Amino acid sequence: MSTQALPATTAAANTETHQYRHKSQRWQNARGYLGLALLIIWGLAPFYWMVVTAFRDVDYTFDTTPWPTHVTMQNFQAAFSTSTGNHFGRALVNSVIIGISTTTIAMLVGVFAAYALARLDFPGKFLILGAILGASMFPGVALVSPLFQLFSNIGWLNGANYQALIIPNISFVLPLTVYTLTAFFSEMPWELEESARMDGCTQGQAFRKIMLPLAAPGLFTTAILAFISSWNEYLLSQQFSTNITQPVTVAIAQFTGALPRQEPYTTVMAAGTIVTVPLIIMVLLFQRAIVSGLTAGGVKG
Amino acid sequence: MSTTATQTAPPTRSRKRGPKSLNAGQGRRGVLLVTPTLILLAVVIMYPLVRAVIMSFQKDSGLDPATGMFSEGGFAGTQNYQHWLLQQCAAAGGTTQPCPPGTLGSQFYDALFVTLFFTVVTVFFEIGLGLWFATIMNRTFKGRGLVRAAILIPWAIPTAVTAKLWFFIFAYEGIANKLLGGVGIKPLLWTGDAWPARFAVIIADVWKTTPFMALLILAGLQLISSDVYEAAQIDGASKWQTFTRITLPLIKVPLMVAILFRTLDVLRIYDLPAILTNGGGGSGHATTTLSILVINQIRAGFNSASALSTLVFLLIAFVAFIFVRFLGADVVQRPPGKEAAKRRWFRRQPVAAEGE
Repeated sequence: MSTQALPATTAAANTETHQYRHKSQRWQNARGYLGLALLIIWGLAPFYWMVVTAFRDVDYTFDTTPWPTHVTMQNFQAAFSTSTGNHFGRALVNSVIIGISTTTIAMLVGVFAAYALARLDFPGKFLILGAILGASMFPGVALVSPLFQLFSNIGWLNGANYQALIIPNISFVLPLTVYTLTAFFSEMPWELEESARMDGCTQGQAFRKIMLPLAAPGLFTTAILAFISSWNEYLLSQQFSTNITQPVTVAIAQFTGALPRQEPYTTVMAAGTIVTVPLIIMVLLFQRAIVSGLTAGGVKG
Repeated sequence: MSTTATQTAPPTRSRKRGPKSLNAGQGRRGVLLVTPTLILLAVVIMYPLVRAVIMSFQKDSGLDPATGMFSEGGFAGTQNYQHWLLQQCAAAGGTTQPCPPGTLGSQFYDALFVTLFFTVVTVFFEIGLGLWFATIMNRTFKGRGLVRAAILIPWAIPTAVTAKLWFFIFAYEGIANKLLGGVGIKPLLWTGDAWPARFAVIIADVWKTTPFMALLILAGLQLISSDVYEAAQIDGASKWQTFTRITLPLIKVPLMVAILFRTLDVLRIYDLPAILTNGGGGSGHATTTLSILVINQIRAGFNSASALSTLVFLLIAFVAFIFVRFLGADVVQRPPGKEAAKRRWFRRQPVAAEGE
């Protein structure tokens, strides 16, 4: 900062602060690194413990050595084994099917609504935006009893009725999608669209040829957030899934071990690691985009 | 005042509307584009909601567990609501009696208390830790990407897995009790005894969701220009003054939005207590939240479960209304156009009391 332009007294005060700042610089740096270390431990320590346990021999389940000991792959084999009535492999496939279907439907429908909400002027728009936001805060538990009755009446609660899981998931994935996309769309340089229209494109053409490529990162981020929220769903899936359609979250919560009434900790940790790793990879690759998607609705109010 | 107002002002002012002819038919096209979303939401949310309200005024048919008599169903009036709110259970001869202890009906106020307790305590810790984490991340530039990735991990892990992970950490022979033993505390029955079980849920939830809070707050912090802080420093403001007089007012809107989201999330909490403590803990229902009670009730009768889930919905709607109307959680983005200004019911509160 330039001190010359300031009145003399302020300039003096400023130099003082400067000196003070210089002295405490090292202390501040140390504190900064301490803070960073704390945040990294906060995020990683419990997760690290899950992974270490996943690789640990079942006889050493409660070993508290902080690094991997008695390393084995047996827990991962056990996680996929169907001999104790778990169908973890199938549950993984189910979660992918449900996640991709929900995300695709929500994106296909939501992208138009978000475009209209961010871009067009029409009666009742503000009310609709409020309703969609309200929908995203809707308690899932309020869906359970009416949908349970409906689905059991039409025979969706047995066999391979994936729609009984996909349709309820849309109730929270679609509002999230519309909300995030609207926030992304209202940040975009729409002047380009207007120039395209001046050059003779229709609004539809301008959207497809100019705006859609620009919107790709936002669309991609929203799809990731939608998929993660569907992948992590438990309450509705637990109510509406069958042995065949059960997603991973439900499978993990009900994991049974070889011995009755004994929690198969190491196997569950291995299963948890498998479920989490794809998400961790997504987080590492797209962390910047995910953070911007998460905060898009929140701060640009 | 002016800073906050500009910061949150809609980007519409600067956006030039094109000539009229280009925008002709916008209204119809807008409605057309929004319709599929509205239809889907009507099917997956409005229909179940209305259906639940209708069901909540119906009697559950089947054998009445209290009387052993077959009940025909039919219109119930407000009986299901009385069941929960006034703790009136059916008794022999078609009369009612106070719900005996141990029945689901008698657990309503316990579940309400547990839910509100979880909400207040977790949100309190999340605000404190979230602010702290956000300041740490805001201060440092080296390794920010690494920290952001690390802090996103608890957010990304499915809640069901989080619950199982903490179930292992809180096992009797688990690492939590080992660490407590290191400082001379006797091992706790974390997932068995009432209060340890409640705090196990709170610790796991705070661990999982503080990152979300911190990232929202950080996004708010990053909007504050460093000039403001330099000015404060020149004026000789202490750190505490800078925090309470500058930072907090400037991040009020994103902070309130984050608190609103988290509060509504905890009010409907299900996964964590259901898996981590088996929905019970201690006396059998020490961690039974309202959502868990609804699910337990479904097996006993759809219609009284619907009454309870309608009550949960009303509670959440009421809290959301309070936040948006009175606490300045300005969640609805003002869309372009004057339409916004006309709508009285969602109009933002004047950003009052920030400019003193």
